[in-house]
Amino acid sequence: MSEPASHAAVWELPDRGRVGIFGVIIAESAIFLIFVVAYLYYIGKSLSGPLPDVLETPILASIVLLSSSVTISLAVRALRRGQRGAFVLWWGLTFALGAAFLGLTAVEWQRLIYDRGLTIATNLFGTSYYSLVGLHASHVIVGLVMLGTVLCLGLFGHMRSEHAERTEVLSYYWHFVDGVWVVVFTVVYVIGR
Amino acid sequence: MGPSSIFSPISTPAYRINDVAILVLVISLGIFMVVAGLLAFAVVRFRRLRADDDSEPPQVYGSDPIEFAWTVAPFLIVFVLALATTRTIYEVQAVTKPPGALDVSVIGHQWWWEFRYPDLGVVTANELHVPVSDPADPTPTFLRLESADVVHSFWVPQLAGKTDVIPNRVNEMWIDPQAAGLYLGQCAEFCGTQHARMLLRVYVHPRAEFDAWIATQKAAAVQENSVAAGRRVFETTACVNCHSVDGTIATGRFGPDLTHLMSRDTIAAGAARNTVENLRLWVDQPDAIKPGALMPAMKLEHEDLDQLVAYLASLR
Amino acid sequence: MSTTQDSLTLSRPAGVSLPLLGRLHGWVVTVDHKRLGLMYIASGLVFFVVAGLEASVMRFQLAVPNNDFVSPQVFNRMMTLHGTTMVFFVGMPILLGFGNYLVPLMIGARDMAFPRLNAFSFWLSLFGGLLLYFSFIGAEGLYGGGSAPDVGWFAYAPLTSRAFSRGNSTDYWTLGLLVSGIGSIGTAVNLIATTLSMRCPGMSLTKMPLFVWLYFVVACQILIVISPLTAAQIMLLLDRFLGAHFFDTQAGGSAVLWQHFFWIFGHPEVYVLILPGFAFASEIIPVFSRKVIFGYPIMVAATVSIGFVSLSVWAHHMFAVGMAPASNTFFAFSTMIIAVPTGIKIFNWLGTIWGGKIRFHAPMLFCIGFLFQFLCAGLTGIMLAVVPFDWQLTDSYFVVAHFHYVLIGGLLFTIFAALYYWFPKATGRMLDGRLGRWHFWLFTIGFNLTFGPQHISGILGMPRRIYTYDAGRGWEIYNLVSSIGVLFQAAGVLFLLWNIARSLRRGAIAGGDPWDAWTLEWSTTSPPPEYNFAEVPTVRSRRPLWDLKHPHDPDWKYE
Repeated sequence: MSEPASHAAVWELPDRGRVGIFGVIIAESAIFLIFVVAYLYYIGKSLSGPLPDVLETPILASIVLLSSSVTISLAVRALRRGQRGAFVLWWGLTFALGAAFLGLTAVEWQRLIYDRGLTIATNLFGTSYYSLVGLHASHVIVGLVMLGTVLCLGLFGHMRSEHAERTEVLSYYWHFVDGVWVVVFTVVYVIGR
Repeated sequence: MGPSSIFSPISTPAYRINDVAILVLVISLGIFMVVAGLLAFAVVRFRRLRADDDSEPPQVYGSDPIEFAWTVAPFLIVFVLALATTRTIYEVQAVTKPPGALDVSVIGHQWWWEFRYPDLGVVTANELHVPVSDPADPTPTFLRLESADVVHSFWVPQLAGKTDVIPNRVNEMWIDPQAAGLYLGQCAEFCGTQHARMLLRVYVHPRAEFDAWIATQKAAAVQENSVAAGRRVFETTACVNCHSVDGTIATGRFGPDLTHLMSRDTIAAGAARNTVENLRLWVDQPDAIKPGALMPAMKLEHEDLDQLVAYLASLR
Repeated sequence: MSTTQDSLTLSRPAGVSLPLLGRLHGWVVTVDHKRLGLMYIASGLVFFVVAGLEASVMRFQLAVPNNDFVSPQVFNRMMTLHGTTMVFFVGMPILLGFGNYLVPLMIGARDMAFPRLNAFSFWLSLFGGLLLYFSFIGAEGLYGGGSAPDVGWFAYAPLTSRAFSRGNSTDYWTLGLLVSGIGSIGTAVNLIATTLSMRCPGMSLTKMPLFVWLYFVVACQILIVISPLTAAQIMLLLDRFLGAHFFDTQAGGSAVLWQHFFWIFGHPEVYVLILPGFAFASEIIPVFSRKVIFGYPIMVAATVSIGFVSLSVWAHHMFAVGMAPASNTFFAFSTMIIAVPTGIKIFNWLGTIWGGKIRFHAPMLFCIGFLFQFLCAGLTGIMLAVVPFDWQLTDSYFVVAHFHYVLIGGLLFTIFAALYYWFPKATGRMLDGRLGRWHFWLFTIGFNLTFGPQHISGILGMPRRIYTYDAGRGWEIYNLVSSIGVLFQAAGVLFLLWNIARSLRRGAIAGGDPWDAWTLEWSTTSPPPEYNFAEVPTVRSRRPLWDLKHPHDPDWKYE
């Protein structure tokens, strides 16, 4: 079985962390796809209640969230170079931007619920809107938990350049969450109105 | 062959299905005999014999021509089947309603069938009456399927394939039974506790008989004075919330229309024969006939029950 | 751990309590893929017995017309739990268990890519099953309409809405499956990462055993298709608890949407279930025919194409829903097309047997049974793909017969084969061959007695999921014969369980390679050490041990 001389070629396989996170991303994409399909199917089918014109386009929230993709990339790059201070700075900024996005979403939902009377139980639009945007927001929350954990580790000086590979894998999840927002934004605020 | 075999068709959709079914059965049988035959042969012919020297047989890694052949052959068979399938799909589904067709509205409930003849002003339950259709001059019946609650399925094998009955959706199907008689079926989509006892009886009549049946159904409700006490019990008890009887204050639609109850052979969607004893039992303890049915036990006093049943038995 | 420490320790009767506790603790906290694999399989077998009892209750009730052995409410719970348990808590765990145990060994790896995720996934799966069964006692819930779920294993809307399913039974169905579904996704991620990232040197993708290929495709499918079920279940929970209207037909919602989402999961799911069965057959048939698998590249191509096409056939479960003729036609075509690669596999197994020297040990007996029965299953599947014929046959006992021929006649037979084949590797002892033959014949007779006649009762108009039927419909004899078959199947399973219990203590010692096989797991001791391989192997062909045993005629000269 062992043929030492004839296998001089280096045996290289994909990194399991990357493969793993891509697997998770594919599975999560499938879940989002189903909610998107439900949203698209129910456009125009509400029997009563508020319609998509009550929505306000979340430009600021989108800018905030998508910038966090930039900051997280900068953070990973800093860590790779061993610049631990810069890493904590950019990573912390990413966390803050993610949290700000959630805050802006909360403000929007408060307005929709109390000013416009739109809840998940109001009509088909309410059902499909809150579930899709809410599913995305729940993924942001999970992301923030993970980012927060790494931020604490960074603040206490435990993050070093050898952790850059794993941190990059984690950043893929965050990029995925931002990518999903692009899809949600398009479906809800562009197509759906 | 039992009374509801899919291979005893008497209506065009069932005939068309029967034809394509025979085709696929014959093809499948052929494939089975060839492949199973080869398998059986191989298992016997290539078994290790006692006198074997335990050497390994020649290792055959594959064979391009053989693999090509047994890829192409199934594709061809599938192609033939697909064409036959497509044709039959369109023959059954893409049909325009001819002018002489009868319209019936079917509404599925947990666990009974409501039948309305909108052009004739007739409402009945569980037993569908239709005229026989002459292939030379067809008088089909077109069914419009709706549900009042959950998903059901309308299936009378000798007449047509099944079509689901879905809330918030209208489905359509048609039958043109070419032989008079009684044809059995039942709900074919699990719809809750008594899914098993949501039976269908389709009575196919010669034209004259069908018209006579319509006439009796359109007639006003029987009003016999001898059962006036029972009628009073009916009108002052919760019966009227769910049931209708023409000419009374009862206009409930949750349960079957009872105006011509005694013209039906069965009650509780086929769960029991329509006799006075069964009627009495049904009103008194529905769970004894159909456990879990949505008809509540009416908890009537003996005398009231007797009078009520006498009234119901008068509704011919 | 000493070098003789193995992955399966036999627990002795209660003597000293601390070692026993220590041993249990070892199993509870393990991240070793072999132990997790065995726990998956063991829990699957326990649920198998439970679901078999549920089916026995159903068959006893249906043996004669108008029977009152159980009430309709109890029957509907048995019906729901039987299907749900068999798919999610028997099929998935047993198959993921075999995958867990064997994939790392077959690719020359020391464990799965993510051992802790592996453990987490197992315990999630088990917990989901326990949660489902807790419903028997815990589901009184709202309006007291509780106990186990009774909405059928595909839980069609709006039967599952609050209005028609009171109490919490449906919620236990939803949550139990949601939780175990996440476990399945975890294992799928693990299998993919392991297969792509941890193969030993020389094992390119085209040199992996077919078993590994099939499991790789299965894992990819799991990733894509469990999620739609998860999504639909989240929607159902939102409907039931937050007043959402996804499937609320009163608010304009669509009952058919649930069906689409469910079957987008449900159809590929049955391929997820059967592909591992093909994996077992593709390893066992060659070894017991003493021949290399016929047409490896085509087998891989057929598997991958099944993986893809299976995503496009789902609405063949919905032909009676009233879709437009064009939609019906499309799904008829896609369903028929998927029959081609599936049929090709049967031919390739036939080609493997052809010209061989067949040894009729228990694994091979079950594989031969599989070949005949799966052929029947495939042919009845073709019949169901003919849409108009399906309009008669769907939702009848014909379909019940079809899918039991697939899942029992096909999958379960290969699982039995796999148990007999790999039990020696996992435990170091052989299962008894004579008991195995009793198991095989009793079970084969019983299985065919039960499900053969059901084709006919379906043709005679008997719908599925009914708790009773009238006399005079022509169904009596077929139901009676069908119920009698249960006794034979039960006897067969008892022989298996007795065989396992006995052989664990007194089975013949197996040694590393009792079957004279060719894949890497047979190069280790039986059972393998915790680290699998002292030295990571390097391979040059698809059958590394064949090359070792036949140095003058190695596979890599011909591949």
